[in-house]
Amino acid sequence: MKHIITIIKKEWAEVFKNRMVLFMISFMPLIFTILPLVMLYFTSQGMGDMSDISTADVPVQFLEVCGEGITGTECMQIYVVNQFLLMFMLIPVIIPVTIASYSIVGEKTTHSLEPLLATPITTFELLAGKSLAAALPAIIMGWFAFGLFLLGLPIIGTSAAVIDYITGLTWLLAILVAGPLMAIASVNLAIFVSSRVNDPRVAEQISALFILPILGLLFAQLAGVIVINVMVMLSFIGSMILVDIGMIYLGTTIFQRENILTRWK
Amino acid sequence: MCLDLIQEMIETKDLTKIFTIKKAADIPAVVGLTLSVAEGEVFGFLGPNGAGKTTTVRMLTSLIGPTSGTARVNGFTVGEADQDIRRSVGILTESPGMYERLSASKNLDIYAHLYDVADVDGQVDKYLRMLGLWSRRDDPVGSFSKGMRQKLAIARALLHEPQLLFLDEPTSGLDPEAARLVRSFIQELRDQGRTIFMCTHNLNEADRLCDRIGIFKSRLIEVDTPENLRKKLFGRKVVFHLREVHPGWLDPIRELEGVLDLQIVDKKLVIAMDNPDILNPQIIRALVQSGADILFVGELRHSLEDIYLQTMRDTAEEEVAG
Ligand SMILES: Nc1ncnc2c1ncn2[C@@H]1O[C@H](COP(=O)(O)OP(=O)(O)O)[C@@H](O)[C@H]1O
Ligand SMILES: [Mg+2]
Repeated sequence: MKHIITIIKKEWAEVFKNRMVLFMISFMPLIFTILPLVMLYFTSQGMGDMSDISTADVPVQFLEVCGEGITGTECMQIYVVNQFLLMFMLIPVIIPVTIASYSIVGEKTTHSLEPLLATPITTFELLAGKSLAAALPAIIMGWFAFGLFLLGLPIIGTSAAVIDYITGLTWLLAILVAGPLMAIASVNLAIFVSSRVNDPRVAEQISALFILPILGLLFAQLAGVIVINVMVMLSFIGSMILVDIGMIYLGTTIFQRENILTRWK
Repeated sequence: MCLDLIQEMIETKDLTKIFTIKKAADIPAVVGLTLSVAEGEVFGFLGPNGAGKTTTVRMLTSLIGPTSGTARVNGFTVGEADQDIRRSVGILTESPGMYERLSASKNLDIYAHLYDVADVDGQVDKYLRMLGLWSRRDDPVGSFSKGMRQKLAIARALLHEPQLLFLDEPTSGLDPEAARLVRSFIQELRDQGRTIFMCTHNLNEADRLCDRIGIFKSRLIEVDTPENLRKKLFGRKVVFHLREVHPGWLDPIRELEGVLDLQIVDKKLVIAMDNPDILNPQIIRALVQSGADILFVGELRHSLEDIYLQTMRDTAEEEVAG
């Protein structure tokens, strides 16, 4: 455990000196928080004067999500907000990729892995240290952004029904459970990709393909093919657990002393 | 622990590493290496680039596994007690591999923790001072010269006070002044009684620093003290500088027991022999009796470079022949 903490501290000391990474970690969550707030503000403002949107204007599937006793405007807002849920889920995917790519490729180009592997650290400790160093900021920033978003909701005058929905099970599962699971998968993917390429930006771009499934969900929802509700979220979490198991397995197989020194080019 | 009882710090038997690469021929990097290094010894592992020196060090520090053969390091068996080996040896890797954005002391601090050093700050301070990096301790390593990085890497290898040190080409790529500093520091380590296994392709360095030298190119070609290597390959030669040389003087010398070869170069006699202590006085007496004026007598010393080139040539010939 002591070794893992040493590695985490070392990773953070190094990675937070990199402006590119720092920008990614701080700026992206901020954007993803402010954007939905602004959207919500304008949808509630613009429609305040008008008569309520009829429920007929809201995609049919959404009415099920909104449930009874909710106005058409509120349901419309929930529909809009649900798109942003996926943005919040991008945070724990993108941040670990950035940190892990710069860290691993950096170690490869400066040849600093060999002296590190010559110490009595176990490869498990090293992998765990690197993974946590990349995943923790992502999880924390994801939660932080969501907290900021929740604080902002009453300020911009969001109705109680919408806030209720956002603090409901679907969102909490997404932010508290799915987010960390995705961070774990994304770290391992980034480590795998970084072991093969020598440019952190290339590693980042390849690993970032991982956001495609999320974008897929986003467009599927926009197109009305699916609606993200508790069931969808639970099955997503279930498959993420499987993906994590596979990715951690992949991570540990490539993360062996001999492999790192002789096969990572 | 029974470290006191261990005589050999490194013992290998038929140690072999063959790299297999997809769609390419196997690379026999190290073949059948049998070797032992005693406690307190400075062992020079001498060979050209690509000889397999780094691969050997990696096997002996439990970084990569051998294809076959065995090795014991510090009393621990490679492949069985890898953690113990890593804990008990120090290694200067081929490239320093420092964290460039972090300060010198931060770099050492990380390693002191990874080596479970008890007094982290004390050890870091000690070695920063000892290697003359104290005033630059807070500067990022990215701003360091090559020589400073190398010194920092040596400090890093010593934090946990290992009795056995592996140095992979410690002076390669350094300017002469930095190389001199590093060499004198290795001398200090040797005086402290540490066992050192040093890879080098610098013959002079091996000659000056090492108790024994192994000449290596995938296989171990020769192992001995620098002195014996010279003898073994060339015998010993003594040069007699004379004012003049008369062919008639030479016959009595040729007849002396133990003279292996005699050549005349300008006004010098170059005589190959096994035992100059006995023969030199006899030769001098014979020459004086013949009326020769002896100006100066000296032993012809071969540089290690000659030996090295000679061995490499012999091996190449054997390879062609065999
Ligand atoms: N990971 C590897 N994969 C394939 N071949 C390797 C690998 N590492 C070293 N080699 C080969 O093994 C041989 C010895 O290399 P090395 O031990 O680095 O030599 P030295 O340190 O004496 O210069 C070289 O031919 C090198 O190309
Ligand atoms: Mg080498």
